[in-house]
Order: sequence, then C-alpha cells, then structure tokens
Amino acid sequence: MPILEIDSLIVDYRTSRGTIHAVEDVSFSLEKGETMGLAGESGSGKSTLGLSMMRLVPYPGVIAKGHIKIGGTEIIKLPEHEMRTIRGKKVAYIFQDPMTSLNPVKKIGEHFVELIRTHAPNTGKEQAFERAKDILKNLGILPERINDYPHQFSGGMRQRIMIGLAIALNPVLVIADEPTTALDVIVQAKILDLLESLRKIYGMALILISHDLSIILERCDKLVVMYAGHMVEYASSTELHERPKHPYTQGLLQSIPNVELSDQRLSAIPGSPPNMLDLPKGCRFWPRCSYAMKACKVKEPPLISVGRDHFVRCFLYGEEGTNVERNRKS
Amino acid sequence: MSKAENKRRILGPLIPGLTSLAKKGPSGWMVIIGTIIVLALVIMTTIGPWTTPHDPIKYHGPIRTPPSPQFPMGTNHLGQDMLSRILCGGSIMLQVSALSVIVCFLVGVPLGLFSSYVGGIFDRIVSLVIDAIYAFPGLVIAIAVAAMLGTGVVNMALSIAVVYIPSYFRIVRSQVLTIKELTYIEAARATGARWHTILFRYIFPNVIPSIAVVASINFADAVLTAAGLTFIGLGVTVDVPDWGLDLTSGRALIASGAWWVIAFPGLMIILLALGFTLVGDGLSELLNPKLQR
Repeated sequence: MPILEIDSLIVDYRTSRGTIHAVEDVSFSLEKGETMGLAGESGSGKSTLGLSMMRLVPYPGVIAKGHIKIGGTEIIKLPEHEMRTIRGKKVAYIFQDPMTSLNPVKKIGEHFVELIRTHAPNTGKEQAFERAKDILKNLGILPERINDYPHQFSGGMRQRIMIGLAIALNPVLVIADEPTTALDVIVQAKILDLLESLRKIYGMALILISHDLSIILERCDKLVVMYAGHMVEYASSTELHERPKHPYTQGLLQSIPNVELSDQRLSAIPGSPPNMLDLPKGCRFWPRCSYAMKACKVKEPPLISVGRDHFVRCFLYGEEGTNVERNRKS
Repeated sequence: MSKAENKRRILGPLIPGLTSLAKKGPSGWMVIIGTIIVLALVIMTTIGPWTTPHDPIKYHGPIRTPPSPQFPMGTNHLGQDMLSRILCGGSIMLQVSALSVIVCFLVGVPLGLFSSYVGGIFDRIVSLVIDAIYAFPGLVIAIAVAAMLGTGVVNMALSIAVVYIPSYFRIVRSQVLTIKELTYIEAARATGARWHTILFRYIFPNVIPSIAVVASINFADAVLTAAGLTFIGLGVTVDVPDWGLDLTSGRALIASGAWWVIAFPGLMIILLALGFTLVGDGLSELLNPKLQR
C-alpha cells in the first residue's frame, strides 16, 4: 500500500478578487522509502501542495476537491484532533527558512521535549532529553549544545536541527519545502546528504520541494513538474532527464548550467508565469511556449501517458500533436 | 555571634544571585540598582510608622518651617513634619501601582493574546472598544472612573487599570500579529501542537519582554496618576500621609518660597518611578535571549 496517495486534488485560495486554483488536478502516489521531487517556479503551487498534505494550507486556502490518503487514511475529512496526531508524528514538514523556524526563546532541547511529549505525553522529561541527544549526535551536533538557544547556531546547523525535529518521531513521510534555499551551496550539499542518509536509516518517504531541478534530478526517484498549479509532467528522474517531454521541462533542463559546455550560453524560458487570477485560455504555458499550436490556445490539454509511468500535460504528444513532434525532431 | 557574621548569614544566599546578574553586563546592573531602589522604598514605607520622629498627621505648630535640626525636611502649610510624611507616605502609591499593574496584566494580556490570535470580528470589536478608551487622555478617564467608584486604594487601582489596559492590549496584540505569522508558529502547528500550546508556549514567551517594558512604564505612570487622583480628592482621605498629596498641595506653596514641601515628595516619586523603569528596561533586555551575551 502506498504511503501517500493524492487523487485529483484541487486547492483553492478564495480571495476577495476571485478564486485561485493554486493546485489543480494533481494525482500521484508515493511508496515507502521513495523520494519524490516537486519542481516548479515560485507561485506554481508546490508549497501549497506540500502544506495540503498536512492540511495546513494558510487562510484563505481550502482543499476544494480530491483525496489525500496517508497510510491508507483519508485525511481530507478527518477531525482536527485526529489530524494533530498525524502532524509531526506521521508526516513531518521542514520549512524553507531555518532562521525563523525555531522558537527564539526556547532552548534546542525544549523543542525536542515539546515535540516528543506532544505525541507521547507519558514520556519523562529526562527520557525525551536523552532521545534528543541521540538525534543531535546523528545530526553531527554536539549533544552538549542541547541547552543552547537557536540564535547561537548557524543557519546550516539550525536546518540540521529542523531535520532532526522532523525525524524525531520516525514519521513515514517527510516533506522538505526548499530546505536549502536559504543556505550557501556547500552547506546545501551537506544538508541534502544528511537528509538522504537519515532517510535511508529511518526508511521514510521524502518529498523534496525545490525550484532547483538539478538538485531534484540528482536526489529523487521520481518527480513532478508543476506549472501554474498544474502538474505538467510526472516521471522517474532518469526518464525525465533523458526524455523530457513537456516544453516547460525541456526549458528548465536547458537552463541548468553545464560545467562541460562552459562556452555555451544558458538558455532561459521567455516570459514570466501567468497571473493566477487571469489565466490564459487553454494550456497555461502557451504564451511562453515555442511549440504553441492552435489547439493549445483553445483547450486545456489533459494529462496523458507517454511511456511507463511517464505522464505529460501537452498536446504535442496527443493526436493533435503527433505530426508536430516529428517535425520538431528534424 | 558577631555582627559581621550575622550580616554574612543574611546576605550570603543573595550574593550568588547578584553576581550572576552583574555578569550579564549593564542590563543586569540596571535590574540590580532598580530592585535595590524599589526594595529600599518598600522597606522604608513598611517600617515608616515606627521610625518617624514626629506624628506625620499631627500639626506641630510652625507652618512652612525651612529644613532645620528639629524638622530636617521642614514643615508644610499645616505645620506637619515633612520627614515623617516622607517616611510613611509611599504606602498608598506602592499599593495602588502594584495593584493596578496586576489588574492590567491579568486583563490586558490575555485579551490581547486571544483577540489577536483568534482575529476576525471578535478582534475588530475588542480593538474598537479598546481604541475608544485609548482615545481619551488617561487622567480624564481615571478621574471619571474614580468618580464613579469612589475613593480608596482598590478603586484608585481599578481606575488606573482602565487607563493602562489599552496599552497592554495594543502592545500584545501587535506583537502577536507579527509572531503568529512567523515560521516557527507554522512549524509548531506542523508538529501537531494544540492552539493553546501555541498561544501560551510559543507566542506568549516571545511577548513577555514587551510586556515588561509596558509594565515598568505603567508602574511609573500609576504613581503619577495616583498623585493626580489624590490631588482632586478622588484618592485617599487627607488624614493619610501620601507623597502625591504633599506634592500637589506643595505646588501652591512654591510661590511663597517653600521649596521643601514639594521637593522631597517629588524626589521620592521620581526615585520610585526610576526604580521601576530601571527594572523594566533591564528585564526587557535580559528576557530577550537574542540580546544576551
């Protein structure tokens, strides 16, 4: 049984100026121990999707339709007190900015004690402290520093502590929302290595949200590319790397710097993401797409299968676009 | 047992606490000095009635006597001994300011926390009411409330509390508005924390430093407002020695050159306010772990 199943999920932001479908028609599933990447530009709905898995979409966001199953349990209609037993225990979330993710007036140890005792109220303080020290050791932080305040740690260390808090209760799924965006490149690699090694030790599934496709391709088993709330492509990392189908994915891959081809100019995707309140008719990507056809401007393309576990939302691969693809390759 | 030994026995346990405060630098010293001032005034006032050279409310004959060996701080326009009145005149102020701070804290802080955290229409209504109170000059409200409630220590404290609850409320509310959007609150929610855990364990401790500052100002201002209420006859009856009463009645005597009637109670009030302010400012720095060394 998959650990996470999402089926035709729609998440709305009901603003005074109209309803935005921040996540629309997203479906995928995740097995135990798998790593999945969520890629896309800012505003593409990756974080909203991540937060909806914990039912923590901020106001005025609502999960409008669809199903989210965690370990077989449907969480959309779950009462709040049962939802609380899932948050932190079964699903953990790592936020983007480690500088503000820890309570500044609480010592590091108290963060662990608080978390452990929220889900196991009978645990003694001493016991929780011992557990915290063990985790700190795994994170490469001296256990003596358990009585230090968050501001006494560097950004990288704080993010390691956040990871420690996330894995403390042995969750089945960890969602890391751009865990390295606020950190420099060297620390970035270390944090991701740590996350990966801990994932292997604890056997949890991981969802890595990032705008950096290179990170995701390197570290994830499969990945979802999001554009303006839509899942535009879904495939395994190797498949996606070798045979990217959607023009947006192709654009993203071409914009990754390549060390061996240093004299080549980096290509960029022209234009900018659409205004979510005023989406283009038809495919949401057509104004920026160099393969845009007539059909793209009229109808929203459906998600179609283009190979084993490879889905794409583009007319180029449907009946309308068969010829176009052939022409493009030549 | 010698006197020195006795002294060491009493001060012994105090010294480690004091040295650890002193190690915190200037803010630690501010707390120490402020506490000493306030404590000294509290002790002076408590034992005041037994240490006065004269009866503080009895008329001793010569009016407006300048400071002299017999009356070290002179006498006022009624011929009462100023030194005796200084020694026991702080009791009303201390009681009133302490009580009003407690009432403000118990009402303003929870109201601010809840209102801001819950938000929506509840927050709107509470904020409007509080802002309406805030719009009036403090002393006017205090006078109006005191006039309704009548005289006495508790009534004075309540009328001062009405003036200061909006300050607590507004500070707490604005702080909570900022804090509740921070990532660590969202992170707490993501670990399955309940709303009251978030409110009291995550948000409240981060608001305390600001409350400490408001409380110190509140203490100092309560002393002054109490003096004002006494002046217009809404405070305590005239047969109770009170610095505020002396200060306000002494104001009329400046023209006649009797500076001592106003100077000494004024100094005492300033000293008390200074003590509270030092403690408040020092604490606000000490309680903020980011400013700790």
